[in-house]
Order: sequence, then C-alpha cells, then structure tokens
Amino acid sequence: MISAYLSQAAVIQLTLILPLLGGLMVWALGERNRNLREAASLITAILEFVLVASLTSDVLDGGRPSVDMLEMFPGLMLTLTVEPLGQLFALIASGLWIVNTVYSIGYMRGNKELHQTRFYVCFTLAISSAIGIAYSGNILTMFVFYEVLTLSTYPLVTHSGRPEAIKGGRVYLGILMATSIGFLFLAMLWTYNITGTLDFQSGGILADKVHGPELAVLLFLYVFGIGKAAMMPVHRWLPAAMVAPTPVSALLHAVAVVKAGVFAVVKVIVYIFGLDLLVDARADDWLILVAAFTIISASIIALRQDNLKRRLAYSTISQLSYVILGAAILAPISVAGAAMHMAAHAFGKITLFFAAGAIYTAAHKTKVSELDGIGRTMPFTMGAFAIGALSMIGLPPTAGFISKWYILSGALETSNALVILVIIASTLLNAAYFLPIIYVAFFKEPQKRHKNAPHYEFENHGEAPWPMVLALCFTALGTIVLFFYPEVPLALGQALVGD
Amino acid sequence: MLTSDPWLILLVVVPLLAAPVCVLLRNATAAWAVALVVSWSIFGIAVKLLIQVLEQGEVFYRIGGWDAPWGIEYKLDPLGAFVVVIIATIGAVVIPYAKKSVENEIQKERIYLFYTMMLLCISGLLGITVTGDAFNLFVFLEISSLSSYVLISMGQDRRALTAAYRYLIMGTIGATFYIIGVGLMYQMTGSLNFADLSTIMPAIADTRTVLAALAFLTVGISLKLALFPLHMWLPNAYTFAPSAVTAFLAATATKVSLYVLLRIFFTVFGEVDLFATFPLQPVLIGMALAGMFLASLSAIWQENLKRMMAYSSVAQIGYMVLGVALATEAGLAGGIIHLFNHALVKGTAFLAIGAIIYSTGAVTLRDLRGVGKSMPLLMAAFIVAGLGLIGVPLTAGFVSKWQLVTATLEADMWPLAALILLSSLLAVIYVWRIFEVAYLRDSHLAPVKIIKKLPLSMLIPTWILALASLYFGTHATLTMDIAHTAARQLMGGM
Repeated sequence: MISAYLSQAAVIQLTLILPLLGGLMVWALGERNRNLREAASLITAILEFVLVASLTSDVLDGGRPSVDMLEMFPGLMLTLTVEPLGQLFALIASGLWIVNTVYSIGYMRGNKELHQTRFYVCFTLAISSAIGIAYSGNILTMFVFYEVLTLSTYPLVTHSGRPEAIKGGRVYLGILMATSIGFLFLAMLWTYNITGTLDFQSGGILADKVHGPELAVLLFLYVFGIGKAAMMPVHRWLPAAMVAPTPVSALLHAVAVVKAGVFAVVKVIVYIFGLDLLVDARADDWLILVAAFTIISASIIALRQDNLKRRLAYSTISQLSYVILGAAILAPISVAGAAMHMAAHAFGKITLFFAAGAIYTAAHKTKVSELDGIGRTMPFTMGAFAIGALSMIGLPPTAGFISKWYILSGALETSNALVILVIIASTLLNAAYFLPIIYVAFFKEPQKRHKNAPHYEFENHGEAPWPMVLALCFTALGTIVLFFYPEVPLALGQALVGD
Repeated sequence: MLTSDPWLILLVVVPLLAAPVCVLLRNATAAWAVALVVSWSIFGIAVKLLIQVLEQGEVFYRIGGWDAPWGIEYKLDPLGAFVVVIIATIGAVVIPYAKKSVENEIQKERIYLFYTMMLLCISGLLGITVTGDAFNLFVFLEISSLSSYVLISMGQDRRALTAAYRYLIMGTIGATFYIIGVGLMYQMTGSLNFADLSTIMPAIADTRTVLAALAFLTVGISLKLALFPLHMWLPNAYTFAPSAVTAFLAATATKVSLYVLLRIFFTVFGEVDLFATFPLQPVLIGMALAGMFLASLSAIWQENLKRMMAYSSVAQIGYMVLGVALATEAGLAGGIIHLFNHALVKGTAFLAIGAIIYSTGAVTLRDLRGVGKSMPLLMAAFIVAGLGLIGVPLTAGFVSKWQLVTATLEADMWPLAALILLSSLLAVIYVWRIFEVAYLRDSHLAPVKIIKKLPLSMLIPTWILALASLYFGTHATLTMDIAHTAARQLMGGM
C-alpha cells in the first residue's frame, strides 16, 4: 500500500523522521492547543506503526532492505537495515506507543502534570531513537541511537523536578553513560580494530579473529556495556527510573529502553560473535551464570518491595535476563524463544505498569500493602493486572507461556540442568510475588483511610479515566491474543536464526 | 608541488595594518566595522588557502624575494592551513558577537582599543602559523601574547589586572625559554629556517646543546600551551577576561601553541627519531593524564562557569597532548582533529556563557536557575557544547574521542584507552551540574531575572559554532581526512 507511493529506503528513513516531525508539531501546538497537541501525538503514533508494519512482509520473505543515512567517518556509515529481530522490536515499540499515547493523555491530565509539552516531545525523540536502534545496520549506528535514547529519556525520568527525581536521574544517567562510554564504546572500537568493520552480518564478524580469554573479555565489555539490558550488577538504574511518571515507566522502562538493551545484546551475540563461534569457544558460560543469578536474585528482591512500581521494576530486571538467557543458551530454538519473550514481556509488563498508574491516578496508592480490596472498585484494572501477572509467571492462556516453553526447549535440547532449574525456581518466585497482590485485591476487605490521612479525597474512587482503562484492557487482551496467534513474532524470531 | 602565493602574506599583513587604523579612527563602531571586514576577509583567504593546499600541495611566500634559508620564508602545509582556518573561523564568529558583549563589559572610550588588540592578536596567531622561521615565530608569539595580556586586563573585574599580570609573567618566561631554545639551536646550526634546521639536525642530535635546546623549547611552549602543571595562569585569565576574549583565546591561543609544539617535534626534529632518542613520551603522557584527571576534577568543584570551562580546557589540552605523545600517525591525527573539534565546542561554551552574563549579569552556577526556561535557545546551544565536551555521539567531541581511542588501541596501549574514557566520564559530572540547575526545578529559590534581552548578534554566532560542532560530529570525513593528511606529512618529515 505504502510502497506504491514511497520507495522502501524512504519508508525506513521516514520511520526515524516521522516521530521527530510529530515532536515538532507537538512543540509548535503547545499547552494552549492541548487537544490538538494530543491529536498530533496520537496521529504520529498511528502513522509510525503503519510505516513500520508495512516493512514486515518483505522481511519475512527474506528481504533485508538497507539504506545509508550519512557518512560519519571515512568509510563508516550510519546505516539502517531491517532484519527480523529489529523488525520485531520496532513493531512492539511503535505498536505499544499508540496504546501508551492514549494512556498518557488520561494519566497526564488526570494527575495535572506540568510541562506536558516537553513530556510528549521527549517521548517522540525516545521512540525515534528506539526505532533507530531496532533498524541499526552496524554497531556504530546502534551506539549513536543508544546514547540518544539515554539522553532523551533523562528529562522524562526527572520530569517532576523534585529532589528525589533529580537523584534518580543521576543514578539513571550515571550508570547508563558510564557503562556505554566505558565498556560499549571500547568494545566497539576494539571490534573495529580487529575486524575493520562494524556491520551486523549473519554468522558474525569475529570468527577466526579473536580467541580464548580475549573473546570472553570482549563479550563481557559488550554485555555490561549495554547497561540497558539491566544485568546485575548494572541494574540499579532501572529501579531509580521509577520516579518517572507511569507512562514513561510503562513504555520506556518496560518496553522501549530495556528491550533496546536486550535487543542489542542478542544482536551482538548473533550478528557480531555468531552462535557458532561462541558454541565452539564456550565463551559465554559465564553469561548464563550471570543471567541465572540476575533472574533469581531480582525475583527475591522483588518479593520484598512494597512499592508497586519498584516491585514491577525488579520483575522487569528478572524477565530481561530471560531474554539474555535464551540467547546465551545458543540453541536456535531458545534464541527464537528469546525473541518471542521480548514481545510477550512487553505486552504483559506494560499492562502491569498501566494498572499501577491507574491505581495511582484513581486512588493515589503506590504500595502493595494498600491494595486490599481494590479489585472491587477497579475490576477492569485489576483484571488486566491479573492477566499481565499470569503472563509474567508463564501460565496459559498468556503469551509468557509460549516464550518460556521455547526457552525451556532450548535448555532441554542442550541438556543444561542449571537453566532448567533456574526457570522452574523463578516461575515459583514470580508466582510468589504476583499472586498475593491479586489475592488481596479481590478477596480482602478494603481498608478505610483515616479522615486526616493524606489523599483522603481519593477514598471514594472508581476506575481511572477511561483512556487509561481502555489502554490497559487492550494490552491485556493483546497478551492473550499473542498466546493464540504467536505467528508473527515467532516467525521473525525463527527468521533471525534461520538465515 | 610548491607554489608561491602572495595571499599567504596578506593573512598577516591585513590585520597588522588594520590595527593602527582602528587607533586612528578612535570610534567604537568604526573600529568594530574595520575588525569585522578584516576578520571576514581573512576567513575567505584562509578557506581559499586550505583548499589550495589540499589540492595542489604546500604554498610558500618569500619575504623580500630572499631565498630560504637566508630570507624569511612563509610556508603553509595541511596542518598549518587547518590551524589557520580554525583561527580565522573563530575570529569571524567572535567579532560580530563582540559588539554587544563588549559594549556591555568595557568602557565606551576604550572599545576601539579592544578591536585594535583583537586584530593584533589575530595577526600574531596567524603569523605563528604561517611562518617557516624560528625567530619570526618568536616575534609573532610576542605580538599575540602582548595583545592578549591587554585584552585580558580589559575585563570588568579588578582581578582581571592581576590575572593579566600573572599571565604576563608566565607568558614571558615561556617566550624567553622559547627564544633561549632557538638561540641554542642557532648556535649549533647557524640556521633559523625550520626546513633547513630539520636537514642539519640529525648530524648534531645527540649533543648536549641540542638536548638543552629541546628542553627549553618544550617547557617554554608547554607554558603557553597550559599543559598541566604549567597551566596555573589559565583559569584566572579565562575567568576575568571579557567574555568575547575568553571565547577567542580559549578556541585559538592554546591551539596555536600545540601547533608550535608539533612543528618543533615533527618538523625541526623530523629527521631525528625524537621519541626514541629522548625520554619524551613518558613525560608527555604523564602530564597529559594528570591534566585530564586533575583539571577535570577541579572543574567539577567550580561554582564560576567560566572557571569551570577553563579547567575543562586544561583537561582537553591533555587529550591533544596525549595524541601527540603517541607519536603515531593515528595519534597525531587524533590530537589535530581534537584541536579543531575542541575549538568549536569550547568556543560555543564560552560564547554561551558570555551571553548569559550579558542577559543576567551573573556567572556562577547558582545563577543559572531557570535559565533553561527563560533563555531556551541559548541554553540548548550550551548543552550541545556540554555534550561535545563529554564526547556524546553526533557532536564533534565524539569524533575526537573515536580517533584518540582508536590511536591508543592501534599502539597497543590499552590502559590509555581506558583512561581516556574514564576521564570523559568526569566531564559528564560537571556538564550535568549545569544541566540540573538550568532545567530542573529548584522549588525554594526563585528563577534568575533576565535584565537585558539577548540580541541576535550574540545568539546567532553561538549557534553557528554549535551547529558546526554538530555538523562535523556527523560528517567527520572531511576533517578526519585533513587531520590524517597533516599527520602523515608530519610523520614523514617535512
């Protein structure tokens, strides 16, 4: 449809430029035309998804459309290449952006947040750079957009400008910048020094170039250089980022930013190292250990968090390492499972965050211990929350079941007992920190706030504003739909390791 | 191929003659107009010469028609042409900016003297870059230094006088060391021409006298360069000088000193395996690293914005010297490209600070409260500069960092690569201190009042440099090629 009017190269470039144009529109309209401004955000998000989606069929047919944007260094281009995993990530990010925009409108207005224009503008910048990471054709391009994503999300994290937000912002920026400049940049230049290229190529570019301990060190620099993947011990920025308004936590710190991290790790493993190289050298055994450790310990920490958003954040850290684990097993089926898990976790976790934000907006409650009986006044929200939680645990009929199944199959294939144990243990832990929330929300008697307690005026709340409820029901539905129709993400995941 | 070209002498003569014209005019606006015309025509000539040098090879001009090495020869190779373009660009951007800024900071009846000194300073810096004669270089070094002492002393604050005085003492020691070095070399060779010196040098390189000459030259130039720990004059000079002067000197003066260092090391001593004969490398690397870390740490603790950026300059000079100290083609290219990129980035930063001083009358970090909101365009340019100092991708600083780290990896100096990256993280801290105050709400303090609206003549030059740093951060092929050409030529000797 679109290809009739625009060349494919133009479409790819437009996926980066369109959000920026939308951002300009939003900025020009400003607070005075807030209805028009919100319309502009929404239309941009929808157009963006249409553009991204239009590239899917070609990629599934084996096409790898590519376009050079500009020559940054002699012989080194900023290149965009659409390949299966990137397409999957771009689809998730741009698709959920639409839902998130609807949700944001309800949230930002419902909570009377300041600087709403700046908020929407930074959001478009963040989406544009997330798409840039998704379509990056070489490490240089990935690195450039990775840094832009860090910087453009910083104003969103510190949005409120309160001291705790500034403090959170420092941790956020400090960890992400220190790891990317200190490790990722070094790894990139080292790779360039050895191979003379930075292109993502199927089969990897490092085969026969590095050996033994050097290989392990390089992998270490990449994995911890990509701090957005939140592997322990560089995970602290994610809980710190929870001071942001909930739409930011939902789309960026459950989907775009963190997925950009694990996406980058998977991409480096598949296209820079190549599965064969790592299998032969057994260079990534430690990666499995670190991922396993992160999964278990993040879950244990999540158990002890009373702040709902922080609990969700630690759950995200744990779930991200599933993706890393899936890739680190190095079996094709588990790598496909890792790709699937990116989609599954995205839908599930955004639902959970949407619910947390809805609870905050309607009832001004942020703690798990305050949620007794809240399911009675907010049935839609908590119903959606339950579905999201089931997906995190990995129970049918939710998408989380499918991805876990694939990762587990890979572990069985390679007879990796440790991984099997970790997946079982973490499933139990996930259940332990999500099921009590659902239980108290629906089966306990609500506690009345004291008349002089803060936020007493929110005592007789109902559901949150309708755009928020609409959005969270939609993503909850998506989690179930993805269970019955997982074809597109699975096909993209299999195309990733197939070629 | 060598071509003789009279344009070369015009670079120096035009501003040198225009300076007394300003004195005769005795009128602020007229003097400014003269300086503007001169600075823009020099920019044109500089670009023309750079293109010519890149396409057709070196350009020379013999003064009075006397052949070298007897007469004074002006000579422009790719490195020289590149530095000339940097000086000319900064001059062409700063002069339009200076009009309003200077009216605000200097008494009206002295303004014509300001432009006189600016022109002399430009002339001196260009002279250093184009001359091929060691003594002639000293003359221009003094012209540029004396005029910059005067320029600094014109600052509003009375402490500008002591700052200028201190710089005068240190600068004079530096210049004296330089001329002692030149004298020792003359005693051994009987020549002052760089090209001639370089052919004679191998025969006498291992004499004590030459060693002493090299030591005097290195220390003398390092003083002018503000290489740690010889940087003590710089923070005060930059802090108390008029804003336009700070921007101009920060972007050009130290850069020209680095150029002289390169000339001595790789042209005069080009035929000698300098870094194998003398223990220069560990000393230079040590100084560079100490500067990168200690000066960055000092920058973090500064409350005065100008002083913060001044310490940051000392740190950035460390990066350039580090590249030079590697003594490889990639390392030199890294130093040279950083010379250019840092001129753009630091120029932007100081122009932005000058604009803040103009509009709010304040210069400390606390006084940036709410400036992000009241002066959004200006602060955005400042942030672009800040990101450039860190070396974030898409800014010019990223290109420098890329090249420097590549050079250390090629030279198998792993720890240096790590240290470069580590020290650039220190820049994150001081840049973010600025960002937090300017943009994030500080509830118990009222935002700073805007006294005067910022004129476009100050905003546009700031943004021209900011955009240039973004352009050369994303399209580094041109600058990278020039830096590599210049480095290759230096490494291959004259």
